[in-house]
Amino acid sequence: MPPDTAQEAGHAAISDVTGIEESTLLQKVLRSQPFWVTIALLAVSLAIGLYQPSFFTANNLGNITRNFAPFGIMALGMTCVIITGGIDLSVGSIMGFVAIVAGLFLTAEYPWWVAFSMGMLAGLACGAFNGFFVAYIGMSPFVVTLGMMSIARSLAVVTSGNQMLYKFGPDAPIVKAIGQARFPPKVADDFWPDWIPAFSSHFWTMVVMALIVGYVFKYKAWGRHLFAIGGNEQAARLTGVDVKFMKFQVYVFSAFCASVASLLILGYSGSAINALGQTYELRVIAATVIGGANLMGGSGTAYGAIVGAALLEVIRNALLMAGIDSNWQGAFVGMIIILAVFIGLQTSGQNVFAQLKNAILPRRDG
Amino acid sequence: MSLLELTGITKSFGAIHALQGVDLEINPGEAVGLMGDNGAGKSTLVKIIAGNYPQTAGVMKVEGKTVHFTRPVDSRRAGIEVVYQDLALADNLTAAENVFLGREVQKGWGPLRTLDKQEMIDRSADLFEELKSETRPRDLVQKMSGGQRQAVAIARTRLSDPKLVLMDEPTAAISVRQVAEVLNLIKRLKETNHAVLLISHRMPDVFEVCDRITVLRRGTKVADKMTVETSPEEITGLITGAIHAA
Repeated sequence: MPPDTAQEAGHAAISDVTGIEESTLLQKVLRSQPFWVTIALLAVSLAIGLYQPSFFTANNLGNITRNFAPFGIMALGMTCVIITGGIDLSVGSIMGFVAIVAGLFLTAEYPWWVAFSMGMLAGLACGAFNGFFVAYIGMSPFVVTLGMMSIARSLAVVTSGNQMLYKFGPDAPIVKAIGQARFPPKVADDFWPDWIPAFSSHFWTMVVMALIVGYVFKYKAWGRHLFAIGGNEQAARLTGVDVKFMKFQVYVFSAFCASVASLLILGYSGSAINALGQTYELRVIAATVIGGANLMGGSGTAYGAIVGAALLEVIRNALLMAGIDSNWQGAFVGMIIILAVFIGLQTSGQNVFAQLKNAILPRRDG
Repeated sequence: MSLLELTGITKSFGAIHALQGVDLEINPGEAVGLMGDNGAGKSTLVKIIAGNYPQTAGVMKVEGKTVHFTRPVDSRRAGIEVVYQDLALADNLTAAENVFLGREVQKGWGPLRTLDKQEMIDRSADLFEELKSETRPRDLVQKMSGGQRQAVAIARTRLSDPKLVLMDEPTAAISVRQVAEVLNLIKRLKETNHAVLLISHRMPDVFEVCDRITVLRRGTKVADKMTVETSPEEITGLITGAIHAA
């Protein structure tokens, strides 16, 4: 399209001459997908809150934040993987395997920290397996993690003897306390006002991890290199970034996040089932993409991962409260995924509406 | 003592011999033009010197010491900087982030070290000014013109004080004024006793800045002549094979 290129060339020249300054903070915010997802989150919350005042009760907010926290935690790991241009389909299965390993050690009456460590080790081993084959052998992340998704689920079923594990021995109360802890504690006659929800340990774990990941993305060389790999892997390698080791690390980190989420859920429910986390990988990827991570690599934020996970859960909760048949959830969630990425295209500078109009009603030449 | 000395460099990819027994010597303060048709082995030679892959046979010496490069970082540590043909830039990062990619300036101590963004932005701005480029350190590379991208890639080589700068087609896709800037930079590098290996298709550029011209044809060196002793016509003949060797 010659007219377009001429226009672009003219535009570049003008900005060169006038020396337009770098985009301001406000412009950056307005152009970011997480910002618009946050707006959507607030809008949906407000709408459902007006329709069903019980949405804004401390109790419901406590529940919602606990429900999406495991997805938020896993979305943090998934964001790191997706920034490098990869994908991790095995997180749901790793959750199941981790829960069963920890559950088996608890059933055998080991102390809780031994059981949790062994569960964590099992999860990290799965991540290391993924990372090794993706980074050092150079296989496609989709294929390797698809394989691990099958392997970890199968291991969970086999090691559990296809039984639910719930007789957790002497440390059962500690395990439960970890999964069910709340802050503020909300006991009678305390100084916390009633409207503050008692946030779960899941939620606080997610907040702390998100802060750490956000900090690393912004202020550490590790984060910088992650984005460089997603932008141009070859360039990162040529400038001395250890691309293979970095890629290995992100798959281990993704598995770590899945293990943390798994152990929290294990503590909350007080039982371990081998089906834990089934199809969760898709919800985690959905949350990550809604939060603005690009499957082509090179972009994504910690905040986006959390807010994407939150939006999915709020929509689910809103539909339940509105009394809509739960089978409709999939349709809504699917639409949100497509809509969020559509808006993301729009905010990244492409005029999607013009393109859409052109595709549907092409302008006639001559 | 020469800065870089290649003896009998051979590179085979399976049955294909990309380079066969190439000798090359570069001295401090010297600019050498490496010419040849597509497929003559120029890029292969550059990639070996830059540490992208090792040679099949032959010896490479930097300042008289035999070196074995297995990674690009090895070559950089030996004092060799490269401007790649595709510039090797990450589009999703800013100019300053690209300049310092892989050797970020950090502040703080131990595991709490963080990126010193302001320092990197300031130093990139100085480098761009030195290169007389209007590149702004905070701009995304994605939105830059060919010349600005070039400036980012060249600014990278100025971070350290390299002994040898390899430039793979640095003037291929930029404007006339920017070509003059790049050629000026090469002259300044020579004056400060740096060596330059310039790979280019543009005969006038090579004749303007290079002291010596080496011609590769089908993986072998067919000529190595002082610029003053040859002519564009002769070099063209050597590249195409019309003149067998000189």
